[in-house]
Amino acid sequence: MAGLALLAALFPLDHLGGYIHWGWVDISYANAIVVALMVIVFVAALLAPFPGHGRRKESR
Amino acid sequence: MSSPDIERQWTTRLRHRVTGHLPPEKVLPDTQPAYVASWIYVFGVTTMVALSMVILTGFVLAIRGPLWWHTSGVGHYVNSLHLWSVEVFFFAMVIHLWGKFFMAAWRGRRALTWVTGVVTFLTSIAAAFTGYVSQTNFDSQWISTQAKDGINATGAGSIFNVLNLGQMLMWHIVLLPLVAVILTAVHVVLVRVRGVVPPFEDAPPEKP
Repeated sequence: MAGLALLAALFPLDHLGGYIHWGWVDISYANAIVVALMVIVFVAALLAPFPGHGRRKESR
Repeated sequence: MSSPDIERQWTTRLRHRVTGHLPPEKVLPDTQPAYVASWIYVFGVTTMVALSMVILTGFVLAIRGPLWWHTSGVGHYVNSLHLWSVEVFFFAMVIHLWGKFFMAAWRGRRALTWVTGVVTFLTSIAAAFTGYVSQTNFDSQWISTQAKDGINATGAGSIFNVLNLGQMLMWHIVLLPLVAVILTAVHVVLVRVRGVVPPFEDAPPEKP
């Protein structure tokens, strides 16, 4: 229960969400975080070495 | 029946056509080209795994119904699994889309593969939207009353009424999932027929 109370304090869901206002861009913090995570995962997928890549041979 | 008669049968012709385009070694290949060994190629299959979870949890929710998913612990859990599978589904699908866009994945007669992916994406957005308005809680009431003005402004409100829970639920659990799954299957078959798009430097020169 203490863990739940801590979570509720960190992420209060009974309040209006915060929004980023940047020119014509109007996006909630939650959505902005998800978009930022997608960009990070996208860049990581391009740069991170794939396991076993060196052992593979081109098949066709 | 003589051999020429058999060759003229539509079943025989269809079989030759299917096996010509999609021999077994293309349906379930043993290996992939070396350039596929990159993390950017895993997001298509991640999307399909998430879609499987969405459908599986959707089946469970359909068995017990709204009263169960609103009032019981297990119901909340399955409802959350359904939601988070959708989150993973869109997360992976958008990264898959970005990757394929920057690869120009429509190259090499793969335009139909790209188009089926785009239409699946749009269908999935509609499926998610009808899900949000079918939750049978205050959240769905809020979303549907906000969305109705936008939908009505397009003129679609005369046949697609977001305040009609029965209609939205039918679209969400029958029509849109059926279209999304069929399009996904066609998309995967096209990937198998044409192969994974190669990087620019490995691609054969395009004919003018």
